[in-house]
Order: sequence, then structure tokens, then C-alpha cells
Amino acid sequence: MKIPFKGAVDCDLHLSAPRMSALLPYMDEYWSDQFSNRHIDRFAFTMSSDNPILPLQWRPDWKAGADEPGSELDRLRSRALDQFGSSIGIVNVIHGAIALYHGDMAAAILRAVNDWTADKVLSQESRLRGSILVSLQDPALAVAEIERLAGNPGFVQVLLPVIGELTIGRRIYWPVFEAASRAGLPICLHAGSLNRHAPTGVGWPSYYVEDYVSQSAGFEASLVSLLAEGVFQKFPDLTFVLAESGVTWMPSFQWRQDKMWLGVRTELPWIDRMPREIIRERVRLTLQPFDAPPDAAIVERLLDHLGSDEMLLFSTDYPHWHFDGDDVVPDGFPTDLLRKIAIDNPHATYGRLRQGGEATKSLEVTA
Amino acid sequence: MIRHIVAKTAEIPAGTHRIVDVSGRQVGVFNVNGEFFALLNRCPHGGAELCKGAVTALVQPSGVGQYAVSRKGEFLRCPWHGWEFEIRSGQSYCDPARIKARKIDVAVERGEELVKGPYVAESYDVTVEDDYVVLSL
Repeated sequence: MKIPFKGAVDCDLHLSAPRMSALLPYMDEYWSDQFSNRHIDRFAFTMSSDNPILPLQWRPDWKAGADEPGSELDRLRSRALDQFGSSIGIVNVIHGAIALYHGDMAAAILRAVNDWTADKVLSQESRLRGSILVSLQDPALAVAEIERLAGNPGFVQVLLPVIGELTIGRRIYWPVFEAASRAGLPICLHAGSLNRHAPTGVGWPSYYVEDYVSQSAGFEASLVSLLAEGVFQKFPDLTFVLAESGVTWMPSFQWRQDKMWLGVRTELPWIDRMPREIIRERVRLTLQPFDAPPDAAIVERLLDHLGSDEMLLFSTDYPHWHFDGDDVVPDGFPTDLLRKIAIDNPHATYGRLRQGGEATKSLEVTA
Repeated sequence: MIRHIVAKTAEIPAGTHRIVDVSGRQVGVFNVNGEFFALLNRCPHGGAELCKGAVTALVQPSGVGQYAVSRKGEFLRCPWHGWEFEIRSGQSYCDPARIKARKIDVAVERGEELVKGPYVAESYDVTVEDDYVVLSL
């Protein structure tokens, strides 16, 4: 179904990663020279699972005009923000530099990506907000990048791929969580892997479909790591947003967490209540791709099993292909809940949206 | 309710316990620092022989990476699924309001009082100079 009112906050939108030629002006003299000198200034740094030539990555009607004059940002404006009546869109620009082993080089590219985002996206479209893309290769550099951009209210979260090198909750990464928490920024774990390990737990796949379907297992593994390592206790103000995670695995995950915790509680005594309560308070999921059958009754039951109406955040995942036409909301969502996931929950999750003011005024019910 | 004499107190020293049969029902009798408690030998979760689990301390929340151990010998860990129960109350640690092991009334009584009866002491000759563990069920 369509979204029956205006003013939604679209919590996951995409623009293609800028080419190196567009990033070089945002680099210092050393790195700009190094990329040219090493002949990698034309290298695309495309991640295999995020390749825009893949059908799921670019809906055909949204791809139309990609070769014609006019920018990708203009098309996003009209096809995503205007079309769905969104008051705010959080754009996630994902660049393959997050997978580099060279921590300094990764940081140099990501600084440029973030500055490009601020300059070419956020300052061009007042409805858009950005994510600070960092690499965990050297956590200190990630901290520095968060601190460098924390003063820019256009950035509303810190962006990481969900499958990294080590389990995400480990103490080596805590300085990054601390920096995000201090800046009032949620951490967004987005579908995707650095491919340090096979994306499945049982070996390397042959096909993209295996990679895609296995992502939810990556989200589960990262979430159980955050819980077990005590990140939610250590950083009580930090929210984790799972982007493109799918939703249907979450109820059974909560149940399994609780069941196992009852038996092995003493391993991690800092978990002081049922894990599902912690998850419901501190974890948010973007709507698309929604992975339930197209059956309103099943969707309603699933939403009930989530156990909270505060966990979901509206998203189109533009321009990825998860739905046709304007039917961005799966059938079975009651309008009251939809208003919550499209407006209230994003504003509760992203403190910086509340400070923005302007974007919250445009709520206008049309149905 | 019938009073059953199940042991001499001296037979269950502090920090130990024993499982006794009371008219076909298995009951764990625990001496926790000199106080006696009794629980039905059946876990309310899945029916395991709860009192055959390990007697443990309590590990409480006190910061991530901190392992604070207290109340040594006051908890019982079910041998099947590891759920913890407070021996004193029978309450589970994780869900005390809902999940409870059945507590049995227990008293320590002097032999000179007990000989006045009534009581059931299938295997005990009660003598006036000893103390006995008495279960009521």
C-alpha cells in the first residue's frame, strides 16, 4: 500500500558512491597525489554485493534516465522525497573503502566521501540528512572522523557494515561507540560485509542470492555480540539501527536470546534483564526490504510478535528494488502504527532530527 | 499436613544437602550457613531433579566485564537448563515472580519435644538429646 500521509522520515536512501575523480578535490595534497601516482584514481572501489549493475540494486523505472543529463540527486529528490511525500530522508552513501586493510588510506577516502556528502548532498537538499561512514580498521581513526563531523547537524548517525572483521561488540571498538554516544549519534549497521569471512557461516557461496539471504544471519550474529559483550550496558544512550536487515527474523531471535540467557546468565552477569527488553529499547530496524509474505494477516501477527511498536523505522531503500510503484508499505500495517514508524520513531531515534525543527513542520494528512 | 522427621541436624552439616524420600516424594534438604531449607526435587520448568544440580553462589550485575560473586552456597542451578533458584525462597533468579521451585516447610526441633508426637519417623529412633530436621507436607 501507499503511505497515506505526508511528512514521513525515510530512514534509508542511497546515492551511488562518488567516483574517485569526484573525491580527489576533498583530499589533502598527499593523498590526492598518492591515488594518482598509484594509478588507483580511476579505481571504482565497488563492493561486489553493492554493485549497481545488480538488478536488486536499482529498480528499473528508477534507473531510467541515469545516462541522461540531470544528477542522481535530482532524481532522488523527485522519485523518492517528492513521490513519497517524505519530509526528511537519511541518505547512506556506501563506499568500498570501508573494506580496505590500509587504515590510513581508508580514512582518507572516507573523509572525502563524508565531505562530498556534506557538500554535494546535504547542503544541496535541506530535506536530506547524512551518515558518517567510517572504517573500523583503525578504531582511533574512526573516532577522529566522528569527532571531526560531530558538529555538522546534517549528519545524524554513524554508518558501518553489519559484517566486519571481528564481532562488533568487542571492546576494541568501544571507543567508536563512545564517540558516537558522546555526539548523540546512533550507530547504523547496514547490510553488507567486508568479506573478511564468508558471508555465510558455512563457507563461501557461489551465488549472490546466498549472500543476500545470509545477511540476516549476519545481523543476528552482530546483535548477539553487542548484547553479550555488554555494549548496551556500557553505552546506555546509544541506539543501534539495523538497515536493510529484514524484520521477520527478529521475533524468533528475541525468543532464542531469552531462552539461552536463562541458562547461561552467569557467563554475562551484566545482562540484568530479559534480552528482549534490551533489544526492544535499543535496537531499531528499517522497513525495507520487508521480508514477510504479502498477506495482511501474517504481517499483523508478525508485528505483534515484535513486541514493540517502537522498533520499526520507515524506509524506501531507494533506489533498491523491493517493491513496485508506490506501494512502499506492506499490506497489514495499521495507519496508527504507520504514523509511528514513519514519524514518531525516527524522531525518537535520531535526536538530531528533533533539533532540526524545520523538517518536522510539514506533516499533512492526505488520507 | 503431616510432620516427617527426615534427618538428625548433625547429618546435614552447613554447606551440604541431602535428598530424602517423604512418602514417595523426593525433597532436597539444605543446610545454608546453619539454616535449613527444603525444596521439592523437581524443577518447575521442565521437571528435572532440581536438587541434584550444583549449589552455587550468585553472580550479580556490577559492570561489564566485572564478575561479582556473593551469597556463596545460597543458590541451586538446575542440571538440565541451568536456571538458578534461590534455595531460601525457591524463586528463580531470572523470573522470580513466575518461576518458583516448590518450597517445603522445614523446622529444626529438639528430640525431647518431638517424642511427645505426633510425627512420622520411618527410619529414626528419636532420642531426647538430639536435634532433628522436620518437614511438613
